[in-house]
Amino acid sequence: MSNVGIVIVSHSANVASGTAEMVRQMVGDEVPLAYCGGDPDGGLGTSVEAIMQAIDAAWSDSGIAILVDLGGAETNSEMAIEMQPSERRGKIVICNAPIVEGAVMAATEASGGAPLEDVKRTAEELSPA
Amino acid sequence: MADPTSDSTAMAIDEATRRRVIAAVAQAMFDHVEELTALDQAIGDGDHGLNMKRGFEAVMADIDTHAAKPLPEALSGIGMALVMKVGGASGPLYGTLLMTLGKQLPAEPTRAELVSAFGAAIEAVKARGKSDFGQKTMLDVLGPVHAALRDGGDLDTTADKAADATVPLKAIRGRASFLGDRSIGHMDPGARSSALMIHAITNVLETPA
Repeated sequence: MSNVGIVIVSHSANVASGTAEMVRQMVGDEVPLAYCGGDPDGGLGTSVEAIMQAIDAAWSDSGIAILVDLGGAETNSEMAIEMQPSERRGKIVICNAPIVEGAVMAATEASGGAPLEDVKRTAEELSPA
Repeated sequence: MADPTSDSTAMAIDEATRRRVIAAVAQAMFDHVEELTALDQAIGDGDHGLNMKRGFEAVMADIDTHAAKPLPEALSGIGMALVMKVGGASGPLYGTLLMTLGKQLPAEPTRAELVSAFGAAIEAVKARGKSDFGQKTMLDVLGPVHAALRDGGDLDTTADKAADATVPLKAIRGRASFLGDRSIGHMDPGARSSALMIHAITNVLETPA
């Protein structure tokens, strides 16, 4: 079984790619990773279409952990999850964690072969209870 | 024409009317880009006007396809376009509203069916936004308009009053909530765009072609 995949969804393309760069430095190619940032015109924002493509790109049968920044990224990610085929939907979670630290922690956990719920919990340990 | 005041008479909204409604709502968004942007700059990230414009430009690009479909499919298609193209949280929120209406409505709804479907759509928006009435959002316009539709009140006046009533509210959801008390004193941009849509729709339905 492949490692859990990580998807990074930021309002900013630069934040998304920078976060992905930090994840890659930690885990190399051991974790499927995709990121997206920016609205459909390339301004600050998020795009359901781009999130769906990122989920496809990082897809793992072990599931996907999504890291988001601000509210719209979360709402659009939830929408993207609902639009997945039913067999995928239950295998995708959004982590309630800071995007950069959460992505690095989640990916590190995922690189050791941890199941999705452990990846999510590890990322969320960064959030105040 | 069906009597819209009757609960049990089905309303036939033909293709030409569907086209006029879609075009009128889109035009309302295009005409108010700057106002919505200014409202959003005061308490949010300032992108609501442009996001709605982008979404409705995508809708208008396919207006022939949307208008040709029966009402439920047309609503679902427009909702999906907004989800895909708006680029902010308002995309999934308005998209969920329209897609739920599309799921709930028959092709020729009675007033009672419209009230019921609108109620379900509002619940879906609450779930999507993890929000409720009184939190300075579009729900604060949609809820009163729903009640006016059910009770036979004036939809336009209700929508405007409801949007005005978001001014003193404190935002609890969305980017505006970061401002805390400083969100008080500004109209919610989503409440305003909702009121604009209501005006555009009633204007078409109450004016003969």
